Amino acid sequence: MLKMLEAIFSGKIATENIDVSGHKRMRGTLQCNGKCSACGECAAACPVQGIKLVGDMPQIDYKKCLFCGKCVEACAAKALSHSNKECLAEILTASQAEVSEAVTASLGRSLHVRHLDAGSCNACDFEMGATSNPIYDLHRYGIAFVASPRHADMLMVTGVVTRNLEQALRMTYEAMPEPRLVMACGACAAGGVTYGSTYAIVGKAADVVPVDIAVPGCPPRPSAMIVALCAAADMLKERM
Amino acid sequence: MLVKPENLRGAANICSDGGKRPLAAMFGADETLRGGGLAIYCLFYNAEKRDLDVLKAEFPADSSLNYPCLTTLLPAAAWYERELHDMFGFIPEGHPDLRPLVLHESFPEGFHPLRKQIPVNCKCHGHREYEMMTSGGEGLFEVPVGPIHAGIIEPGHFRFSQAGEAMLQLDAKLFFTHRGIEKALEGKTVTEALPIIERICGACSVANTLSFCQAVEKLSASKVPYRAWLIRTLALEMERLYNHVGDTGNICAGVGFSPIISMGARLKEYLQQLNELVAGNRFLRGLIIPGGVSMDVEEKQLEEISDVLKEVEKVYADMVHIMWEQANFINRIRTTGIVRENTAFDLAMVGVGARASGVARDSRKDMGFGIYDELDFELVTEPGGDVEARIKVRIGEVRESLKLVRQLISKLRRNAETELSVDLGELRTLEGSWGISESPRGDNIHWLMLDEAGRIDRSFIRSASYPNWPALTVAVQGDIIPDFPLINKSFELCYACIDR
Repeated sequence: MLKMLEAIFSGKIATENIDVSGHKRMRGTLQCNGKCSACGECAAACPVQGIKLVGDMPQIDYKKCLFCGKCVEACAAKALSHSNKECLAEILTASQAEVSEAVTASLGRSLHVRHLDAGSCNACDFEMGATSNPIYDLHRYGIAFVASPRHADMLMVTGVVTRNLEQALRMTYEAMPEPRLVMACGACAAGGVTYGSTYAIVGKAADVVPVDIAVPGCPPRPSAMIVALCAAADMLKERM
Repeated sequence: MLVKPENLRGAANICSDGGKRPLAAMFGADETLRGGGLAIYCLFYNAEKRDLDVLKAEFPADSSLNYPCLTTLLPAAAWYERELHDMFGFIPEGHPDLRPLVLHESFPEGFHPLRKQIPVNCKCHGHREYEMMTSGGEGLFEVPVGPIHAGIIEPGHFRFSQAGEAMLQLDAKLFFTHRGIEKALEGKTVTEALPIIERICGACSVANTLSFCQAVEKLSASKVPYRAWLIRTLALEMERLYNHVGDTGNICAGVGFSPIISMGARLKEYLQQLNELVAGNRFLRGLIIPGGVSMDVEEKQLEEISDVLKEVEKVYADMVHIMWEQANFINRIRTTGIVRENTAFDLAMVGVGARASGVARDSRKDMGFGIYDELDFELVTEPGGDVEARIKVRIGEVRESLKLVRQLISKLRRNAETELSVDLGELRTLEGSWGISESPRGDNIHWLMLDEAGRIDRSFIRSASYPNWPALTVAVQGDIIPDFPLINKSFELCYACIDR
């Protein structure tokens, strides 16, 4: 018992400020230094067909991006590289609010979230669990995970929607009270092409329920999820 | 060994040698495009030869798909045979429970997606029955739970048959996250397949990738550089560390023991940040490639790994100390969720689940893959088979993994090689190949065969959770239902891994 009290009281506060950049090696948003030769190798190497050449520059669909680095490897002109910055959430339905503003916005809000694994590899789910750990401490932003869709303002969907879970996703959405939001969290839920198209996959979350916010990443880091959740809390306030 | 379908059962009996060589995996293959028929493969662990014995039964084209089932002989075959029935339409005669396993209600009867004539994106809808197995009688009642749970966990439906608080029977309906990965891999080159292999499961990313890469490398004449093996082994042990440390805390969530949950979550976070430092990804994705590794681990990173692990070791020791101090915690975990040694043998359990029931099996020792033979570590076992034993095995394995990482760091420092990967050249085709690695949950096996063009013809993924899931339904019998989350967490099995 003494040891426990000692551990509780002697420890420093572990909670840190949210930082949207990571270690040097982290594969974050893609940047092109302008030396692009428009060879198209990056688009060909992309396992999820998430790159298009527009004019002479690659355009990346971050909703599909796995941040795997195959395009950087393939770039003939060595123009493409990963930054160590997270790719932030994309708001699909509301007026184009600046997501970064959401982080600093006032804290007079709350958001109750129901998680739904629609067919994920569990990496997104683990990262979602990590948002509640002492380092990120999601609760300080007035955001909490709840046990039932009936208590939830937002459904946070991870994974491609599988045939075996399509009905569960629909029913969970229908069980939620209005106003409600849906967040597609990670490349599978947002882009839906991580594994290609198979007999067992319906597609991305937006193919089954209306999606308001998409969070890129494979998986998104906990900090990227928190930024997205704060933005969602602001959106909900607007809709009330 | 190649046999006729009617002899499969007898041959399997000989191969298993009275249980000395447990069934490692069982799966089908469609060889009709090469002029054959369908086939069933059985793999058996052979610890003496440090190999897997392969038994194959060939069903000639257009012949009956019936054969005498193995389940009544080898209980470990029960789920494999249900899967064979779903995916290929094999009919194991005498199987005690041939309900669907992988394909749920929205699929039509008679739809067997792994047959070659079915296109990969076939969208065929129908309705089939999926009946849960329950017990009935006066005073008994059922408790349905899931597939959408109250916490942040993966989807599965559990049906408890209750006699008051006591669980009489548990039936688990899984495979909700079935994405058809094995079919999606067919026709892809090894390089194209890699991003998908890394994404079968988050928590076993390294183990899945390493097993797959070894299966590929066996089809090549080239040899993976030693330094690449050092880095791969480091990654595999780092994966074990962040899983085991996080799970130790998470098991305590099953009894609401908050200080430990927090401490475990904090340590897991530090370890995952370390993963990002090494591989650029918090799940170590993008590091292991066929032929070696994609990036080096430099001195500065080795130093940081050392520093962080020192801190983790200290806090983890405190955590363990606090756990064993709490009499009411011990009271909850001791004699809860027992799997007896015989059951573990019969179900061919692997990993923490098996070792906590006194079965000394670990592919790092038994198969000696990679460079494990030259590393010094102990195999941790516990005789109890209960939740306490599974926690103790994890605590012991954290200690051994820390020991391994330290050895690897000093080896990496002494090793001056610059080569990190080798060109695998032309891969041999039409030859079955397998790879094994020890994930945090037990050994993970990948089977691979390439077609004439060097593209994947059949890939079978047997994750560590597959043989251990049926054991969970045995472990809970007789315990009270509030203990289920605790017992479930003590196994900490993946859903994504087995569902594929």
